[in-house]
This record gives sequence, C-alpha cells and structure tokens, in this order.
Amino acid sequence: MSDIAIELRGIDKSFGPVHANKHIDLVVKKGTIHGIIGENGAGKSTLMSILYGFYQADHGEILIDGKVLTIKDPNAAIASGIGMVHQHFMLVDNFTVLENVMLGAEDSPVLNASISRARVELKRLEREYALEVNPDALIQELPVGLQQRVEILKALYRKADILILDEPTGVLTPPEADHLFRILEQLKNQGKTIILITHKLREIMAVTDEVSVMRRGEMVATRETDKTSVEELAELMVGRRVLLRVEKGEARPGDVKLSVRNLTVRDTRGVTMVDDVSFDIRAGEIVGIAGVAGNGQSELLEAIAGIRRAAGGTVDLNGSKVDVTGLADPADLRTRGLAHVPEDRHHVGLVLKFEESENAILGYHRDPAYKKGPLLDIAAMRADAEANIARYDIRPPNPRLKTANFSGGNQQKIVLAREMERNPDVLIIGQPTRGVDVGAIEFIHKRIIEMRDQGKAVLLVSVELDEIRALSDRILVMFAGRVVGERDADADEGDLGLLMAGVENRMEAAQ
Amino acid sequence: MDVFHMLVTVLESTIRVSVPLIFAALGGLFTERAGVFDIGLEGKMLGAAFAAGAVAAVSGSVWAGLFAAILISVLLSLVHGYASITQRGSQIVSGVAINFVVFGSTVILGEAWFRQGGRTPALSGDARFGTITFPFAEEIRPVPVIGPIYADLISGHFFLTYLAFAMVPITWWILYRTRFGLRLRAVGENPGAVDTAGISVVWMRYRAVICCGILAGLGGAYLSLAMTAGFVKGMTAGKGYIALAALIFAKWKPLNVMLACLLFGFLDAFAIRLQGNPLPLIGQVPVQLMQALPYILTVILLAGFIGKAVPPKAGGVPYVKER
Repeated sequence: MSDIAIELRGIDKSFGPVHANKHIDLVVKKGTIHGIIGENGAGKSTLMSILYGFYQADHGEILIDGKVLTIKDPNAAIASGIGMVHQHFMLVDNFTVLENVMLGAEDSPVLNASISRARVELKRLEREYALEVNPDALIQELPVGLQQRVEILKALYRKADILILDEPTGVLTPPEADHLFRILEQLKNQGKTIILITHKLREIMAVTDEVSVMRRGEMVATRETDKTSVEELAELMVGRRVLLRVEKGEARPGDVKLSVRNLTVRDTRGVTMVDDVSFDIRAGEIVGIAGVAGNGQSELLEAIAGIRRAAGGTVDLNGSKVDVTGLADPADLRTRGLAHVPEDRHHVGLVLKFEESENAILGYHRDPAYKKGPLLDIAAMRADAEANIARYDIRPPNPRLKTANFSGGNQQKIVLAREMERNPDVLIIGQPTRGVDVGAIEFIHKRIIEMRDQGKAVLLVSVELDEIRALSDRILVMFAGRVVGERDADADEGDLGLLMAGVENRMEAAQ
Repeated sequence: MDVFHMLVTVLESTIRVSVPLIFAALGGLFTERAGVFDIGLEGKMLGAAFAAGAVAAVSGSVWAGLFAAILISVLLSLVHGYASITQRGSQIVSGVAINFVVFGSTVILGEAWFRQGGRTPALSGDARFGTITFPFAEEIRPVPVIGPIYADLISGHFFLTYLAFAMVPITWWILYRTRFGLRLRAVGENPGAVDTAGISVVWMRYRAVICCGILAGLGGAYLSLAMTAGFVKGMTAGKGYIALAALIFAKWKPLNVMLACLLFGFLDAFAIRLQGNPLPLIGQVPVQLMQALPYILTVILLAGFIGKAVPPKAGGVPYVKER
C-alpha cells in the first residue's frame, strides 16, 4: 500500500488547435483534500475528465494506488474507485433519490432486489457519513444542497475512495457550502481522498491540505495550504500580481437618483417573485443586493430596466416616473440616463453572432452619431468600438471579430464598455464578473468604483457575496422576493449568510 | 335493447381499430421515453403492412408475413436511429423522410411485383390471421347483457389484438420494474446522468428504437394480415400520427396510452356507425363531417383538455458529450 492515491505523469491533451493540458504531473496523497485551482479555461475540468474516463489523454499515464491504469470510460474509473460530483448535477429530475443512486449500479435485470439492497445500503451510508436524505423524495423537489448530497451518495454507493468535486459551491448558499465542507472533512477522516476543483481562493484556504495551481493548460505549482497565502495563489493563477480587494474611498452620497417604492413583480405563472420592495439609491453610492440566485434579484433588475412588466409599485428615475407597470421602454430609459448591464450576457446582453462593433452599439443604435442618412455609419461605429477596445483592454483588439470568439471576460468588458461609456446617471449591473477571470475581475471592480466616484448611482446584483462586500456601500439582502435586511459594507459575513438563508436574525437561528 | 346492441357493435369495432394505434403508440413510447422523437411511426407501419401483405401472399404463411413486417419496421427504425443517434441529425426530418420514402416505394414495388394498382393479392386461409373464439361463446351468446359482451367483445378477436392489450401491462412492467426500463427513462430525461454512470447512451437509445420497430411492425402486420386481407396503398391513413397524438395525450404513460387509443378508436368507430344514419335532433349529417369528427376532436382534446403534457426532457436532442 502506497500513501499516494493518484499520480498523473505527463498528461497531455489537445482538442484540435487548443492545447488544453500540457504535460501535467500531479500527485495526490491518500486521505487528504487536494485543491486544484485555476482560471476558467486553465484546463482543470479537462484534466479531471481524463481522470474520470470522459476523454483519453494523448500522452501520459495515470497511476491509482501505485498501479498504472488505462481509464477508457467512466465505468473503468468507477471500477478503480473514482467518483465524481459534476458541476451540473448528473441527476434525473423526475426520479427518486433511490432510483438516481441505483442508476447504472443495479444488481440484476429485474429491479426488486436491487431496490431493497439500495435502500439498506443508503441507510448505512446515511448513518456512517451523516448524509440524511429521504430516499423516496423526487430530485426536482429537493433544494440544490440536498441534490448535491445525492451526487455524493451516488459516488459512495459505487464504493468510491477518491471523490472529485467540480466547482461544488457555485450553486450553494454560504451555510450550505460550510455544511458541504464539514461533510468533506468527515469523508477525509474516514480515509477518503478528495479532489476539490474551484476558482474560489477562500474555499481552497478553508478546507484543503494541499493545492495545485493550473494556468493556461500547465500545472504551475503545488503548495501545502498552510504554507501559502491567498495572494500567492492568485498571483500563480493569473501570472502577475493582482489586487483581490479593490481600494475605495468613502462614499459621498448626493441626491436620490433611483427611487423604488413597493415594487411587486409576478412571473408568467402568477408567482410573486419580487414582493413589495422599496429602496433609494443616491448619486455616488453603490447599493449591493445579496441573495442566493432565484430569490427575485433577476426579476427586480429586469423590472427596473423596463424589460419585465411589474405588477405594482413605482420607480422614479432622476425624479421622474417610470411606467414600470405599463409600457416602460428600455430604449427610452436609456435616453433618460439609465444604463443596464444584464445578468445573462449571452442571452440578453449580446448577440453572439454579431461583430464586436455591432454589439458595442446595440441598444444605442438609434443614436444620431451612428446615422448616415437612412443607413448606419459603419466607420463611426468601428471608431467608437476601437476606442472602447483600447480603454477596456478588450482582447483580441479587433472590432470586426464575431463576438462569440471573445472569451467570457472580454465579452463582459464589451457590455460594460457599452453601458458605462454613455455617461449614465444610474447604472444597474447584474453579475458583473460571472465567468470572468481573476485578472479581469480586478479591472471590472475598479471601473465600477470609478463610476461611483464620478457621482453615478450604482445598483449591483451578484450571487458572489465577496463581490457584494468588496464593492457595496450599503447591502440589501433579498430572500423569497423580499428585502429581509439592510447592512453596512463591513457587515459580518455569517450574519449576511443567515439573512440570505432566510433566517431573520441570530436569535431565531439559535432557537 | 337496440341501443345496447348498437353499443356492443360500436365497442367491438372500437377494439378493432384501436389495435394498430396501441401498437404504434407503445412503440413511440419506447423511443420517446429514451429521448428519440419518432414522427416516422406512420412510415414504419405502412412499410410493415406492405412487407406482411407481400410475403404472406407469396409464401402463403401468415407467420412469414408477420416476421417480414417486424424485420422491415426494425430496419426502418435503425435508419432513423443511425440518422438521429449516430449522426445526430434532426429527428423530425429523418422521420418525415421515412414516411415519404415508404409511401412511395410501397406503391412502386407493389405495382412492379403484383400489378394490382399498388395492392398485394387478397389473402385467405393460412396466409391471414383468423379470429380466436373463446370456449362456449356461442352457448353464452343468448344470455342477456353478459352474452353479447362475452361473445362479441371479449371473444372473437385476432391473436394480435390480444397481444396488443397484453403489451400494455408488459410495457409498464419493463419501464418501471426492470433495469432496462430505469435506464431507458433516464436516458430520455438526462443522458448525462446515464453517461457518467458508465452506461452507453448510444446503445441504450438504439435498443429503444429497436423496441419501437418491433411494435410498429406488429401494428403494420395487423393492418394487412388481420384487419383486412392484404395491403392497400396508403392503408395506414394517418394512424401513425393519431398514435403520436394519443401518446402525447397519454403523457407518455402506458396505461394512459391504451385509454387514449381506445378513445380515438371509439371516435372513429362511432363516426363509421353514424354514417348514413340521421342523428336525433340534428338530422342528416354530411358523411364528410362524420369522417372528420375524430380528427377535429383530436385537435380539440390536444389543444385544451389535457393540461400541460411535459415530454421527456432530453427528447429530440442528440446527445453530445460536453467539452
């Protein structure tokens, strides 16, 4: 018995011209939690997919327990004791927990015997690892935290000794994430080996024993977690020094620019998504809305931006009414000084098949500056696009390139440049750094603070609590469509987490 | 008593016309629950009916005809499978193409081989399915109520008719009580879950498509070997589409499929029965309107009366491993 669970030697993988993994070496010790960190597209997921048999490496070998193995499909991976919890859960929504756990690991062609065995085994796993879940519940009726637990149970049911978790906390509330980390600790104490893939530095520091950093397809370093720091890891990831927390001075709030009163929004089924929400935003301040995705933040943004009709309430922009319950026109709102960076840049913010310069004026295409008789003034469009490309360091610097060919971070910069460079009075931003690399995050955060310092009113929605805390001057927490609390920028993280989970205060939590 | 007699007659022909619908809809259930939509049920049944009629006429054996029907239908299913599973083509286009190709080629081949205007020769004796009469059917017939029900409704149908109704619980059992069924349903909802569990998505879907071929083949054979004595050009007359409608109406569940097919069959039988007879209060109704009635009701039922039919989530989408 060696004390090394997994060893990768010289793993190499290309997809056409993309060299996703370049001669990767990795050693994971038995009974540890090993973090793998890197920016989007650094090759973390590809490497894990090779380990799980989804892809075959072009070169290199995989050693499990000191033995060289060829893992030609997930079956082989499962047989050698590897289990994987995917970022997007691989569960059948209208199956029960039991059926999901059983799927692919049934004992016999007729199910009766398998079902009773699975039930007994599930009970045992529940007891051993404190992973309670009702075996007869339908997946679609479970909260995401429990769905993830089912994924872990699936792996344990298949007798996995090595558990790979791919970005496991993306969908969890902070308390749920903490709970997951406790589960991982316990699994480790029972002798399991865990590989945690993430781009969140905080998680790496919190739970791992060792951490390996990937950058552009290469494994650049492995460190013991105790002997490294967030700053060092960030620098290794990006390849240069980064500021993790942007510096900002005191806010100097001015007049109220956006005033929301009793806003209520229902979705197409008639379910209330935003419930009687009121707040003001002043010039020169950033108000952040924290909350777990799906608690009404998206609907709130859309109603204010005029792309979703509200059921009731009023919105004042620059002191004049916006017809949010009727026919508020997003184009009209833009001319009145409201800029909107939508949450979902792929579906709302950009037309991916358009050239960069076309997206750079989308929504402002009626501006006389781009008019040449009845036609668009292409030269003026391109000139503006080029100016933005230079100012926002958008790469590659080519206004004629199809937008789909830019990376996520650069696409986001295209949207931000378009909305911020119009000198709006009010800027509303949804998920400014979703799917954006650490380096670009720093830049985007700086720009948002600059906007504030220029006296703009900024409404920020993000599911990243760290981002909300880093940027906001005031924080509103939304839960189930309501604003359940307001806190200062230096609010305690645990306190915010409880608010986000719908617990009104600590007293209630203790009860 | 006259009303009762009429009811028995209508119900009896309801059963008769429902059989191909049940076969086809159950076949569609297998592939659609596995995530492969199949608009080609019509073509498969038609091809099977032709193969059955032709082979039975030449060989004189009804069983040879039945075998040929299943063979042709499975082959057509594999073509659909190759296009939509292996080549990840559009399932709708592939299905429609099969319908067209079969409609045309059955007529051409029929004319070339038998020279009867696209028909196959009339079948008789061993080349055709006979009805099965249950014991004491004639003795019990005079007993009021029970007699006609036993003698006309329960007894006196073809072997394939009983098989069709037996397939309903069998399909249910396969789907919900076997490993194959569990994986089949999973592959239609989230093929990723099946793939990561180490099961081949492609092979699962091919097996589902083959099951569909067998059932659609039985449906086609019933048309030319049992319901009528030989193949007639275009004899499926939209039954494959009605079966698809029944499948949606039934929300892809086996027992519901049978009930939906019986309902559509009943409308059909009712319309035939009423042709030429004046309706009470309304009087004479044009034949064309009566013939259109089942289709009109199909549209109304599908449009308004079933609530939301949620198809298998991965239906119609070829599976591609995400990069």
